[in-house]
Amino acid sequence: MALADRDRIFTNLYGTQPWNLADAQKRGDWDGTAAIMAKGRDWIVEEMKQSGLRGRGGAGFPTGLKWSFMPKERPADGRPVYLVINADESEPGTCKDRDILRHDPHKLIEGALLAGMAMGATAGYIYYRGEYFNEGNILQAAIDEAYDAGLLGKNAAGSGYDFELYTHRGAGAYICGEETALLESLEGKKGMPRLKPPFPAAVGLYGCPTTVNNVETIAVVPTILRRGASWFSSFGRPKNSGTKIFCLQGHVNKPCNVEAEMSIPLRELIDRYAGGVRGGWDNLLAVIPGGSSTPMLPKAICDDVLMDFDALRDHKTGLGTAGVIVMDKSTDLIKAIARLAQFYKHESCGQCTPCREGMGWMKRVMDRMTEGRAEVAEIDVLEQVTRQIEGHTICAFADGAVWPIQGLIRHFRPLMEERIADYRTRKLPMAAE
Amino acid sequence: MTKLFVDGVEVEVPAGSSVLQACEVAGREIPRFCYHERLSVAGNCRMCLVEVEKAPKPVASCAYPVAEGMKVFTDTPMVRNARRNVMEFLLINHPLDCPICDQGGECDLQDQAVAYGKDGSRFLEQKRAVKDKYVGPLIKTIMNRCIHCTRCIRFATEVAGVPELGATGRGENMEVGTYVEKALTTELAGNLIDLCPVGALTSRPYAFVSRPWELRKTDSVDVLDAVGAAIRIDTRGPEVLRILPRTNEDVNEEWLGDRSRFSFDGLKRKRLDRPWIRRDGKLVAASWPEAFAAIAEKLKPLSGDRIGAVAGDLVDAESVVALKDLMAGLGSENLDCRQDGAALDASRREFYVFGSGIAGIDDADALVIIGSNPRTEAPVLNARIRKRWLAGKFPVGFVGPAGIDLTYPVTALGEGPSAIADAAAILKDAKHPMVLVGRGALARPDGAAVAAAAWALLRGAEGLRADWNGFCVLHQFGGQVGALDLGFVPGPQGRSLGGMLGGGVDALWLLGADGFDPALIGPETFVIYQGHHGDRAASRADVILPGAAYTEKEATYVNTEGRVQRGRAAVAPPGEAREDWRILRAFSAVLGTPLPYDTIEAVRARMAAVNPVFGSGFLTAACSDPAGPAGDPAALGDAPFVPPIPVYWQADCISRASATMAECARVIPPAMAAE
Amino acid sequence: MSEPTEFSFDADSEAKITMILARYPEGKQASAVIPLLYLVQKQMGRLTGSAWLPRVAMDVVADRLGMAPIRVYEVATFYLMFNTKPIGRYHLQVCGTTPCWLRGSDDVLRACKDAGALKGYGDSSADGLFTLTEVECLGGCVNAPVLQVDDDYYEDLDYARTVALIEALKRGERPPIGSSIGRQTSAPEGGPMVLTGAEN
Repeated sequence: MALADRDRIFTNLYGTQPWNLADAQKRGDWDGTAAIMAKGRDWIVEEMKQSGLRGRGGAGFPTGLKWSFMPKERPADGRPVYLVINADESEPGTCKDRDILRHDPHKLIEGALLAGMAMGATAGYIYYRGEYFNEGNILQAAIDEAYDAGLLGKNAAGSGYDFELYTHRGAGAYICGEETALLESLEGKKGMPRLKPPFPAAVGLYGCPTTVNNVETIAVVPTILRRGASWFSSFGRPKNSGTKIFCLQGHVNKPCNVEAEMSIPLRELIDRYAGGVRGGWDNLLAVIPGGSSTPMLPKAICDDVLMDFDALRDHKTGLGTAGVIVMDKSTDLIKAIARLAQFYKHESCGQCTPCREGMGWMKRVMDRMTEGRAEVAEIDVLEQVTRQIEGHTICAFADGAVWPIQGLIRHFRPLMEERIADYRTRKLPMAAE
Repeated sequence: MTKLFVDGVEVEVPAGSSVLQACEVAGREIPRFCYHERLSVAGNCRMCLVEVEKAPKPVASCAYPVAEGMKVFTDTPMVRNARRNVMEFLLINHPLDCPICDQGGECDLQDQAVAYGKDGSRFLEQKRAVKDKYVGPLIKTIMNRCIHCTRCIRFATEVAGVPELGATGRGENMEVGTYVEKALTTELAGNLIDLCPVGALTSRPYAFVSRPWELRKTDSVDVLDAVGAAIRIDTRGPEVLRILPRTNEDVNEEWLGDRSRFSFDGLKRKRLDRPWIRRDGKLVAASWPEAFAAIAEKLKPLSGDRIGAVAGDLVDAESVVALKDLMAGLGSENLDCRQDGAALDASRREFYVFGSGIAGIDDADALVIIGSNPRTEAPVLNARIRKRWLAGKFPVGFVGPAGIDLTYPVTALGEGPSAIADAAAILKDAKHPMVLVGRGALARPDGAAVAAAAWALLRGAEGLRADWNGFCVLHQFGGQVGALDLGFVPGPQGRSLGGMLGGGVDALWLLGADGFDPALIGPETFVIYQGHHGDRAASRADVILPGAAYTEKEATYVNTEGRVQRGRAAVAPPGEAREDWRILRAFSAVLGTPLPYDTIEAVRARMAAVNPVFGSGFLTAACSDPAGPAGDPAALGDAPFVPPIPVYWQADCISRASATMAECARVIPPAMAAE
Repeated sequence: MSEPTEFSFDADSEAKITMILARYPEGKQASAVIPLLYLVQKQMGRLTGSAWLPRVAMDVVADRLGMAPIRVYEVATFYLMFNTKPIGRYHLQVCGTTPCWLRGSDDVLRACKDAGALKGYGDSSADGLFTLTEVECLGGCVNAPVLQVDDDYYEDLDYARTVALIEALKRGERPPIGSSIGRQTSAPEGGPMVLTGAEN
């Protein structure tokens, strides 16, 4: 059973209707917000826990649990408490938050109020990537509308709760999607991830308790609270519940974003919503299932894998941001991954030794691997280098950067060896004899 | 306190300590590059990774807080691998140019590579090339070697208080520098060389000069400001090749001002290396007996009250006591060690030392600075004030000229002494109030009044107690306090410097005294200059006696807080120059009244007899008597205070002779003005 | 264009600064560094036709926000959207990351070079009209390949449509932004397959 439109949260995903407040309200946004807030912050957090929502930014941490880490009382010294919304959508293969910002901003804004209240936040910042200039303008206009309508600010939405919401534009740094790098950036510094502990819930923005959530995570909150945790958790497998926006792209017939239920089989997702793989399913070579950081899966696994956190983890990859990058048999997989290595080299903040030095190393070796200008033994060196980087840095950027290469070696090592052999035959005929 | 286990050894450390600190308590050495105990934690080099039970990944011990019962392992396969791996990454883009690198032999990266490096490289790509940066006359940069630990950036920002270094760009293209090519506007730049764990920042004057294993290292103390920093003098043969700080937590922690570190090339220039006698208006070379005979001939007919002696700013206590005794033998009470005319009341030690001690700055909770620019007078001490300010809740009031950047914010109270009264508001709520009085604030006609007013201010704030003495005089040079301690001031009938000038005496013995304008000496006055540099006073002398600089003698100095310290001879004085007390002892024999000491031990016994601090190293914060120094607080003048050291890099005869310091003086003040 | 000797915000920018600073708490105005650098860049574009950040302007921003200049230089060089060197009137930013590459970003690059008379990434055209930059994933992946011109995304491009776009820019036109094949934003080509209203 495919997800029915009535169970879709993002009913204006494609922007077929106006984004503004009047139309958003027709779609059900801002309906009874004060009544939901009247149920109290504990109720909201509990409901979020029950819904099984896991963060939609890539790591999949349970949202309700994350909120519960925030101090129950306002800090005695009068420090503010912040909700920061991560709209720095930059993971290659991911463009879901963009649609929320430009087509359904009021879901995000209402969600911010509800989430903010649930964690005792006095103010929220939405940090959107610098390239989303036009999307950011729409978001700001929607926030202005909400202020004008009394939905934000003092006594927001008539709830008796005061909540300010601001936007902040980034300027081109993937690393700012890492929550503490985002906070640094928001404070006017380079986006360099912070050491943890302390975690943001204790020491976050401006040293104040802070929770950072992804746009999609916050934007689904109002609907979950209106329709109930059990409604949301009825989709997908246990611990993987809900609906999710998938970004279907690459070598599919009809690339698109679509909101579908969690745990949907990958093949069904592609066939039903993206018009199938270019040249048919049998023309499939591999799929990167959840944005660039998640290791690719060869066709054999794609045949029946489910799209959720746990199923993909079992195949040593992840749901990530649900950016599904489909690659058919015409694809030079080594080059596809080498290009990702270039991306990660370009985006490393440079703070930690293994990442700063390792990204360039991997990228250069991958470039040679693309040509085949390497020794077979270097595949092992490359693999070891990825292991040396993984888990040795302040943030998870480096982990996400090495996984695609590990996935390539895991599933397509023969291809790499073949490329090296080809190169020898072509360029070094003497050596090949 | 938190109890935890490091490699099975139970240790107890203060709660909130890092795992790295706990490992050190347990005697486990943790390799590190970015971590430095006096800087904020960066956690970026990843060399200090250790294993913590139940942690899935190795943790950076420098940044990881201890927890009760935590089990830390510093020598497991995981840890060794992690360190080897990080080392490999550090080296892939490092030029490995150790043979031509000045850091060679004292390089953290080199040392750790021995422990954790591989014997070959798996990195087959081109190494990164980084353009060298200009950061001033003192530091040579070879940025290919930089490992991006950011220690230099953190030092400049946090300790020196000159946020001019940064890391621009990102990823592997991140570069450390000032972005705009400019000299760092700090008096503490040399410390960056010590902090840099590799050869990226090395000493420009020391470039390609020597290898560390060729050096003879002599522990000593600095005298070029009054902090009395612990130093190590590195020499090869007869030459001082560099000066480095040593750690003394109570004095300089591990920092050193640039004048103290880099002036040593001045020890080779303009030196007085043989006696000279003025004949027919011209100085001609002489032997020691000739010089002594010339002086004796002049002094013998004079009565004591026509003879005077002035001690300079860099003098050692041994020569001061010898000169004082010599003068006593000649019947003279005309002694002065205050070339600047500072109205220092030498009758009680509390009136002229930095009462709280330098480390007492850490305990102070409010500060008023009067007529001093501690940044130029004692940059290391100023950094300590800044450190205290960074710790928070530390109001600082400033009485002195506007426009001085002390590297921490101050409440400007006014430019002249009348503002002292307003300073009470700053100290109002303080438990440990501090009043820092610059020696320069006392070197003016109303100096005594300023001292009395400052004392009264502090007494009003209850800052003069048995358990806290916040009256802090900041001197400028290492010889100043010792001379006061030895009472090198006019006797009851004696003349001060002012009285000796302009013909007030017929013979004037200047012991390293070149801090005043020699033109003020009467034209008929016979001048003996004993010292090490042919600076302004020597050119006025009738007889020159070549003495030893602080690197060339076993000598005692007292710093601004009254701490008695010993300097050691790292090299011999040049040519015929001699240790100063021995010159005086020898001359006394020529007069036929030999001073009663032949050994340095005997001189020091004599010093202790004059003032017991020289026996005990006596240092106390107590203020036993609230009665203030001589001076009428009501006699304050209106003139604004003037900073006594206009150019930090050129303040004494050694730094004035230094080419390195001349370059700093040429380059850095304009850069500061541009800030 | 060389480094100017001075910079000051014009009235337009000043009005925006007031609004920007209001978003951040007292004493946290350093947060406004990115917005203010954008204002500089916009103003430079408005006044000189080249949207870039002269060093002297960074100093002005540092002074305005009470930051050490080096902290501003760090920010300006860390974030890729700041141009620390002058650029052409139109900034052609080709997304070359894998999702766009899979769908033909190489053709977009080629079209930019051909139509814009550009040698390659990093080049500016002799007429000062274009600067070509390779950027990393723009977050428009289901509409790949994407070319960002200044602040605007042009999507679902191919060689011919990219050439047409650049020719239009040369004529001083600004073609409508978004999909170049008429797609409804991120919906599949040919129209949405869900949210069609059929259920209602």
